[in-house]
This record gives sequence, structure tokens and C-alpha cells, in this order.
Amino acid sequence: MASFKPTKIQVYPKLGEKVTQDTLYWKNYKAPVQIKEFGAVTNIDFSPVAPHNYAVTAFTRIHIYGPFSQEPVKSFTRFKDTAYCGRFRSDGQLLVAGCEDSVVRLFDVSGKVALRMFKGHTKAVRVTDFTSDRYHILTGSDDYTCRLWDIPNSTELTSYQEHTDYIRCGITSKLNRDLFITGSYDHTLKLFDARVNKSVMTMDHGQPVESLLLYPSEGLLVSAGGRYVKVWDLLKGGQPLVSLKNHHKTVTCLCLSSNGQRLLSASLDRHVKVYNTTNYKVVHNFDYAASILSLGLAPDDESIVVGMTNGILSIKHRKSSEETKEISGQQKRRPAYRVFVKGKNYVPKQDDYLVSKPVKQHLAKYDKQLKRFNVSKALDTALETWTRFRKPEITVAVIKELDRRGTLKNALAGRDERGLSQLLNFLVGNLVDPRFAPVLVPATEMILDIYQSVIGQSPVVDVQLQRLQDLLEREIGYQQDLLEVLGMLDTMFTSSLPRKEVPCSGISRPNGLAQGDASLTVL
Amino acid sequence: MVEHGDIRVVHRGGSKINFREPVLSHDSRLLLCASGECVKVFSSSTEECVHDLQGHTDLVTGVLLNPSNHLQAYSCSADGTVRLWDFTDGILIKVQLHCHHVSVQPLSVSVFSLLMCMCVTLTRLLSSSQGEYIASAKGLHLEVYFFKKQKFSLKEDNKKGAKNTFTCLSCHPKDDCIATGHEDGKIRLWRNFNHKREYTYSTLHWHHSAVSSVRFTPEGTNLLSGGVESVLVQWRYNQETQKDFLPRLGAAITHIAVSPDGELFCTAHSDNKLTVIQSCVKVSAVIQGLVKGESVRTDLMVDPRSKALVLNGKPGHLQFYSLQRDKQLYNLDIVQQEYIHESGLQQFEVVKAAFDTRGNWLATVEERKQKDSTLELNLKLWAYDEQTQSFVLNTTVSGPHEARITAMCFCHTADSQTTMLVSASQDGHFKAWQLESNHYFYEGPFWSCDFVGAYHSLVPECCCFSADGSLLAISFQEVVTVWSPASWELLTTLSQPPGAIRDLCFGRQSCSKYLLGTTAKNLLCCWNLLTCTLEWSTSMDVSLLLSDPLSENMAAFCSHAGCTDLFVFKPSEPRPLFSHKAICSGKVTRAVFAPREEMLESCEESSQWLNRSQLYFLTQYMVNIPLVIDDSVAVTPFYLLLGKHRQQQQEKQDRSFSAERNQLPQGSVAIKELLHTPAHVLPSASFLCSMFVRSLLISEKKSEEEEMESDKEEESECEMEASTMGQGQTAEAQETAAPALTKAQARELRRVKKLDHSWLSSLLDS
Repeated sequence: MASFKPTKIQVYPKLGEKVTQDTLYWKNYKAPVQIKEFGAVTNIDFSPVAPHNYAVTAFTRIHIYGPFSQEPVKSFTRFKDTAYCGRFRSDGQLLVAGCEDSVVRLFDVSGKVALRMFKGHTKAVRVTDFTSDRYHILTGSDDYTCRLWDIPNSTELTSYQEHTDYIRCGITSKLNRDLFITGSYDHTLKLFDARVNKSVMTMDHGQPVESLLLYPSEGLLVSAGGRYVKVWDLLKGGQPLVSLKNHHKTVTCLCLSSNGQRLLSASLDRHVKVYNTTNYKVVHNFDYAASILSLGLAPDDESIVVGMTNGILSIKHRKSSEETKEISGQQKRRPAYRVFVKGKNYVPKQDDYLVSKPVKQHLAKYDKQLKRFNVSKALDTALETWTRFRKPEITVAVIKELDRRGTLKNALAGRDERGLSQLLNFLVGNLVDPRFAPVLVPATEMILDIYQSVIGQSPVVDVQLQRLQDLLEREIGYQQDLLEVLGMLDTMFTSSLPRKEVPCSGISRPNGLAQGDASLTVL
Repeated sequence: MVEHGDIRVVHRGGSKINFREPVLSHDSRLLLCASGECVKVFSSSTEECVHDLQGHTDLVTGVLLNPSNHLQAYSCSADGTVRLWDFTDGILIKVQLHCHHVSVQPLSVSVFSLLMCMCVTLTRLLSSSQGEYIASAKGLHLEVYFFKKQKFSLKEDNKKGAKNTFTCLSCHPKDDCIATGHEDGKIRLWRNFNHKREYTYSTLHWHHSAVSSVRFTPEGTNLLSGGVESVLVQWRYNQETQKDFLPRLGAAITHIAVSPDGELFCTAHSDNKLTVIQSCVKVSAVIQGLVKGESVRTDLMVDPRSKALVLNGKPGHLQFYSLQRDKQLYNLDIVQQEYIHESGLQQFEVVKAAFDTRGNWLATVEERKQKDSTLELNLKLWAYDEQTQSFVLNTTVSGPHEARITAMCFCHTADSQTTMLVSASQDGHFKAWQLESNHYFYEGPFWSCDFVGAYHSLVPECCCFSADGSLLAISFQEVVTVWSPASWELLTTLSQPPGAIRDLCFGRQSCSKYLLGTTAKNLLCCWNLLTCTLEWSTSMDVSLLLSDPLSENMAAFCSHAGCTDLFVFKPSEPRPLFSHKAICSGKVTRAVFAPREEMLESCEESSQWLNRSQLYFLTQYMVNIPLVIDDSVAVTPFYLLLGKHRQQQQEKQDRSFSAERNQLPQGSVAIKELLHTPAHVLPSASFLCSMFVRSLLISEKKSEEEEMESDKEEESECEMEASTMGQGQTAEAQETAAPALTKAQARELRRVKKLDHSWLSSLLDS
């Protein structure tokens, strides 16, 4: 004796987003922790030593956060004006920061007051960094100069005046203590060597340069400016390798994942994009609420920290493997399920007599109603708000099932104003979806047939019908346009394809399908 | 020691078991039902067939228990005889010739104190238990014949044009009450009809369409009814508001039977199924015969694993049918949708199915065409699951083509790594589907489209892979195209002689260089693929062409003047191996070569082609000849030993009828009994053994009658010896060809013959 076969819900694959290893990796973060700062977060820098605290520069303060705390473990507030570019030294002991008031301050991470103050710039200092020998500081300023300072004497060593606009980014080499690179709003990147007192290499980015990044090998340089991210080969004398244009607003900062395989870029268009560094394809994308000014990635990609223009710092921590498991475990430990599996794990003893219990079939509500031939009620259930919006395929499957049973007309008829408007609302939303159209178009025709006598009696229904009409007119317009395009393509393909003289030329392919293998995936 | 008779066409089962109402025996252990020309006895608990009561020469039209002896049953047949059987042992007791006129066909038989009734056109006939009257219904009239008085007729008024034609009736065993079922789904209970014009009736209504069967339980407390809804309804007599239901019985109920003790109900269903139901409304056993839908739209196929015949079964199902045991193995639900029992509803139908060579994959196509809406097509691929021993759905492709699929076939390559499926459709394209290992969205392997091909926007009709899978032939109306599946290159086109291709087939084994096709212009063509030329062609109207997968032979069915001829040939040889004129009347629609379980070793040229496989075919008139088989009769040593007994016994039995049927050679009844009785019914082996040994010991101390019988046997044996010694042409032509036995062997043989008979018959008597 067969049991009731439930309505088959067609499974549609999600189009667009593919599940790759990258997606799984970058999705494996917890929900973000959000911390409100006093102003736009301009810089985030992770300490190179454990426990990898990070310095967040926002407005007139620099906060240092621990890896898991939401409260700052340390704050530096002795700035007269907006602070910029708080960076750790490679031993994690010292922190340098620029300021709008042109003074560069050096802090001991454990102390509160500035150890050294470097005065000499005439305008805001937006770039500060330590050289790899740990005794010098590089600064870049809006007065078009970049300078090197000696920490012990707190004296200026050299000043370079080669840029012709604000210097907004700079980076020192981790391998060579004399090399550093600056990027400026004059569209150029300059590589300086402290030993020769002038730039040794100049590259033209083409846009005001916002951020710079050196690969760990320091053979490649990445620069961001405007909507472009460009990669330069320093060993080939600054030859441009790739130019990426994946953002639609200015790219503000760059970051490299811990293994050097992925490059992250953040932009004012509120996206963070992850690139594969071998083929420079975007492999993942993060969305944020506001324009992003700064981005930091903890060692081993343990957390992603993003600072935004509205002063919100968003921190995402990676899920540990136990946590990933725990979540699924938690779902299993729901009380309802516990009741459900009660006694299931009991192992029968040797002489026990097993009395088998018939397995109860669990049916969805609409299936129960279909089983009882309550067709109108089943359609009502399928049109419930949650189902209608979240799982339209269920509603469509129920309509299809009713059509198969020959009772769709009965189910659609006899609805009041509210029910009809709900139904029409669903149709307006899903009618032109190519996955649903074969089912919904006959249903719509049926509704129009049934209710044509009452058109004009209810303003609510009339509005919906008007929307439906507009939708269909628009769709017909699109179809005509597409046909025109198809015709153009056909002409182009016929003229461009050489005519083969072998007997195989019989393979005619209308609509511009390629002559070779046209593979069609199962969708 | 092996000898061959002629090749014959044998009806090989698949008969209807739901043709007439089944009968449950008194102790509810056995179930009798009319099945074609025999009566089948099933065990109601194990669902096994216990006996075939063979003897009728035409359709059996009714079975009934003998009221005076509950171990006997009557059966009536369209051959005009009524036979009395002992159904527990499967023995024919009596034959009564009632109608010498052939055209009179008793449709149902009703017995009261050995009263036989034969009716020609009446729909239903029943007698009351007290034997006072017989009720019959026809059209809009219910007629009650009183034995003591005269005929009395009740008429159903038909004023409003309501559909209240009688469909079935049942008499209450105690009260004067007749329940009738009607076309409009109502049940009427007629009472008080022994007085003129004062009859009353009450109406029960639950069924939405015609009631096909009503039946009172033996005590008269309940009334059972069933119809197309496939729900068994149990009404309480006199409390008609209380009903019990047994829903989802699978198919429309055609007959209901109740065992005499009221313990079991049995329902016959339109899909050739008997369901045994306990009186607490619980299904206890299902006996399923070969399901015959309106048409076999999928071709006949043989499952490479189970060697079962696969064809359309219930709506939306494929049935796996064992040819050896004449029993359905299982149903595979292809459509997986709730079946709505309503007439006029367009359901999904399985239209194409194909197995790959190893039986690992099954491809099915289902379609549903509603008027004024688009065609719904689904291509499903099923993987064989070793653990559950059944097919599991792997991939569903909704809308694989834009129009009907005309042909579908798997590639025959030996290595299963690169399985390929090709489907051709009326939309002018053919598609190749291939198994892909992984995908970002699906887990595990799945099927996806690999290639879409077309040829001059013609419609592809048939497709066929060569034996090694290196070539694919697709016919586009008048042109045969040959493709290479490896590179999807069009290798060549064959279009001579002109004529739309109807059927396409590659040769096998030594003939694999040939491609055969039949055209609409009644030509059978054979192309040589090495030279790409037409090798030969002959003018014959081939309705069906198929190749034997195990040999190079091809079979062609030619319809010719209302009947069909069969030709078996090798593509490389000009002369057919075998031809049979008028193998059956009507057109052969489907056929298949099924591999034999054991290979035969035949030397005769005309029957060699049947050594490895048997040919099964379905004819146009499925109702009459459902399934037929070509079979060569092998004469085995066993036959030489035991065949003699059968002949003798047949002579004894041939009192009133002659055995016109060509029966298969079998042993003595006793041996047959032993071999055919299911093991679970036999006594224990130790019991049998001791009996056997005892019979060996006392073989010389038999009763007088047995002595005489054995003497007779010896005489006949001597005759046979004489004939074999003298090499004379005796009547038994078959035995002459057997090698002559030595004296010692013959003596041994005689001894064995004497022995086996006595101990087994004693066992049977006990």
C-alpha cells in the first residue's frame, strides 16, 4: 500500500554565486563585532608580535585593541588634532603616528606620553612608518615632502622633495633598511634609496595614489588609486603587470592574506574584494554598510578589521573548527528533536523482542491539505507571506500540482479582495521569472478568466491588475529588444564564420551557437 | 542425449488475474483466480502460486467453490465446459460439457445445489443464500427470478437522465436484501421485493464515480464496495452512516471477494493485482501479475542485472517482470507523484527508458501533454544502488528537449567510465549526455549535456550506437548520419536508397561493420560501413528490426496481409537462418531478445539462433495474446526416464477430452508434484528420506494392482526396446533418435521407474 507522495519541489540552483574553496574560507567568519569610534577610521595596523593587538587611528585618538576584547586595551589621546597612520614597529614596542598639526609622535606601547616628537613638516603628516633597521622613521606629508628621521637623536636625516602633490601613502622595505616607496596625489609612485638621496624609480599610476603594498618577496608592488589597483614588477624596473578595475569608487586600502595567496582591496563603494594573486580574478566579495577607509587582516587571517567613514569599526573573527561543529550540534540538541530521537539510540539486548512501529510520514501543511483534497486551503497555505517571499518555488510547485490534478480553477476561484490581491501580488513578483513562467502564465490566464466579471469593483485589485499589465508590457518590450539583438548577432556570426567545404557543413546552428562543442549544464 | 523439436510460439504467461472475481478457500489459505486458460491457486499468506489448474482450452470465465465440498471448485470457460477441481492437490475431477455451441460464453457461474447457470449477456448474476431467487442486473433493469414463482423485474427509473445504470450487485446472505452498485457512484439497497410493486430501496453515496463491485460479508454484517477511487469502503449493515475506509490500494478496484469465514477480503485491481486484506482492514498480501497499460510506450527491455523484462507498468511506473517465474519482481516509481484516480486527467507517462550495458544506469523519459499547454518533459537518470538493490534517482533534467523525444540509447562501451546517453527529439536536435564527476552545486556524479547536434534542421528519428561504441548512427528522415562520439565529427551520411528510415540497427560481433535500416518504402537495407556503400537491400515490409545482443543474429518482423512473419538472419549471409510464416495475427509491436539462464547446445541449424537467448514479442492485440515466446523444445534424459509415465497417465485421463494443447515435456505427475510443490508445503526432508528408503526396501512386496501396473510398464518398455533395437519407425519419433540403451541400463531404468512412483504416490495419498 503506497503512502501519500508529497508535492515535489523543484530545486533550482542559485545562479551567479558559485561555492568555491575561497567562498567557504572567507564565509567562515562570525557575525561582525561593531565598535563606534569618534570619527572616520583612517588606519588599522596589527602588531607583528603576539598577541597581535591592533592600533586603530580614528579622529584624534589611537586605540589599541586586543585580539578578542571589544574595549581598547590602550588609548593614545594626546593629539592636538586628527591623528593619522598609527603604526607598530616590527618588535611591537613602539608606535608612530602622524597628525594634522604636522608633528610626528612616537609612543611606547606601554606608556602614555609621547617619547619623541618630530617637528619639521609644515603640513599634516599622513604617512608614518619604521624602517626595517628599527632606528629610523619615514614620514610623508601634505607639504609634498617625505623625510627620514633618526629615533635616538630625534633629528631629521633626509628630506625628499620630488613629489608635486600630497603624499598620502608610503611603505618601507622589510628586507632592505634603505629602501622605501611613497605614493602621491601627483599620480606617481617613487622608490627611494636612502643612500643616494634621490628617487631611483618612478612609476605612473595614472590616478592619485591612495595605498601601497609590497609583496613579502618585495619583487612586486601593488598600488591603489582611483578605481584601479595596479601591480608593478620592481625587479623589471617598475614594469606594470596588471591593472585591475573591479571597484566602482576609489580604492582606499590594500591588504595581503597571511599566506600571500590572496589580495584584498577595500573601496569607498563599500566592498572588500578578494583577488587570487596568481590570476588576479576576484574570488570573493564582502559587503559593508559604509564607505571603507581602512582594512586590516590579522596574522593567519584570524580576523578581518574594517574601518569606515561613519566611524564604525567592524571586526569579524574566524570561526574555530569546534565552533563550526558546535553550531550544527546545537541544532541537533533542540528539545523538539531530542523528544523526536528519544530512545532511538537504545541497543536491543539479545533476547529482546522488537516491535516495529510504523514510521510516521511527516507532511508539509499544504501536502496535508492536498491529501484531503482541500485545494483552496492548500493554495492559501502556499501563499502565506513567508513562503511567498522566501520560497516562491514552493508556491509555484503547489500551483503546478493543482494544475496537474485539474483543480487549479477551483482553487483560484471564490477568493475575496484580500486573497485575490495577495495572489496577484505573488504573480506580479514572479510571473516573468523564466523558471516559473511556464506554470504561472496559464494560472494568470485562468485568474483573468475567472475574475473578469468583477474587474472595477475593488480599487485594490484594480491596482494590482494595472501593475500586472505594466509588467507584461515591459516584458514584451524586453523580448522584442532581445529578438532584435539576436538577429544582429546572427548576422554577425554568419558573416564572420568561414564556410567549411567538408560535408560537416550541414550542421546548422541557428542563433549564433558556436560551431564546436556547445555544452549545456544541467540547470 | 539432447534432441530438438520444432520451434514453436508459446504463450508465456502475463495473463490477467483480475479478469474475474477471485475466490478464497474455506480456510482462507488458498486463493483461486481465473487466469487466461487456467485457474491459478495462490497461497494467501505467502503470495506464491501453488498450482496451475490447466485443462481448459479457452478463456476461463468463472471460478466458484463447490458448496457441498469445500475442497473442490468449479470453473467455467469459454470453451463451453465446466470443470470440477480438487484445488488443494490440483487434480481435475470431473468435466461437464454444457454448451456444444461455441458462441455461448458463460460469463459468470453461480452454484446452488449444483445448479449451473449460464448467461450470455447479463452483467451480473447472483443467487441468494437460501436459494429462493436469482437476481440479475442488466442496463437499467434488475431482475429477480424466483425458483418457486416466476420472474420479477425491478426497474430503475431514469427520468432525469441520471447515470444510474447497474454495475454490480450482491445479495444479503440472510435478509431479503439486494445491494446494487450504480454508474453514478451510488449504492442502492433493495428490500421487500417479493411483493409486486411494493419494493423499497435506500441509497448510500460515497463513491464519486461508478461502483465496480459490492459484496456482503458472509454474516451479512458488513457491505464492502469499491470503485475507481481505489478505496475499499466497509459499510455497516443497518448502520450505514458508519464507514471504514482502506485507501491507497494502488489501482481501481474491479472485484471484491470475501472468504467464507469472513476473515479475509480479496480485491482485484485494474492493474492486474490481487490484494488480500484482513478483515480488520489491513493489507496482508499483494499478488501482482504483469501490468498491462493501454500501450507499451517504452520498448521491451531486459534488465542486464536481474534479467527481468522491463516495460511500462502502473501509470508512472516501470515494472520489472520475471520471465522465468511469471511474476512481477518490483515496480520502480518513475514519476514520484501522487496518482489521482480520476478519469480524464492527463497524467505523466513514462514514454522512453533505456539501460546501459551493465545495468548500472537507467534513463527514463516521462511526458505529460495537456491540451493547449506546453509539453512537460522530464529526463531522469537512475543509478543502481548495490545496497538497496534498486535504482536511485541521480539526475532530473526538466525540459531536456523542446519537443517529444523520439529515441534514446546508451553507448555500449565495455568500460563503464565513459557512459554516454544520446537522446533525439522532434525539435531537430540530438543531445549527448555524459556523467560528470563533480560540480560546485551538486554532490557526487551527475549527468549533464555534452553535445547538441543537428543536421539540416531535419527531425532525428532513430539513434543507435555500434557494438564498440565508436560510432553513432542517427537517422534524419531519409538520411542516416554516422558520427564519432569521441570528437563529435560527422563522419559520413548514407542516403541511398531514398525513403524515410523507420528503424536502425548495427550488426554485432562478426557483423559489426554492417548497419541495417528499414525504410518506409518497405526496404530492408544493409550498409557496409567500411566502404560506405549499400551492401544489399531487399523489399519487405519490416515492422520491427532488432538485434540479439549475444550473437550476430538479427530478427525482422514483417507484417504481411494481416499477420506477421518472422525472419532471423545474419547480415553477412544472404540466406535467412530461420523464417516462420504467420507467426501470429496482427502486427508485432514490441519484441526483445532475452538471454537464457543456461545456454543450450543445439546443433540444428534452424534453431541454433535460440541457443543463447529467447525471443519475446508483444502483439497488437495485447488483450488476447499478451506475451509469446519462441522456444525450442529440448528432450533431456530426464524426459526419456519419465516421459513414458506421463503418456500412460494421459491415456488414462483421456476419457472425456483430448489433450489438444501442446504441453511441455514433463515427468510423471508425482515427480512433477514433488518438483512443483513449493518447499514450504512439503514435509521435512527426513520424513521424505525415510519414506524413500522404505519404498526401496519393500519394492518387491507390492499390492496386486501395482504388480499389474508394473507389468504393463515392463511390456511397454519392452516394446520400446524392440523399436529401438530394430531401428524401426515407431510412432514415437522422438525416442528413436535417442541412443540405444544397453540391457543393463534398461533394467536399471525400469527399476527406477517402478520405485519412484510408489513412494511418491504413497506420500501424496497420506
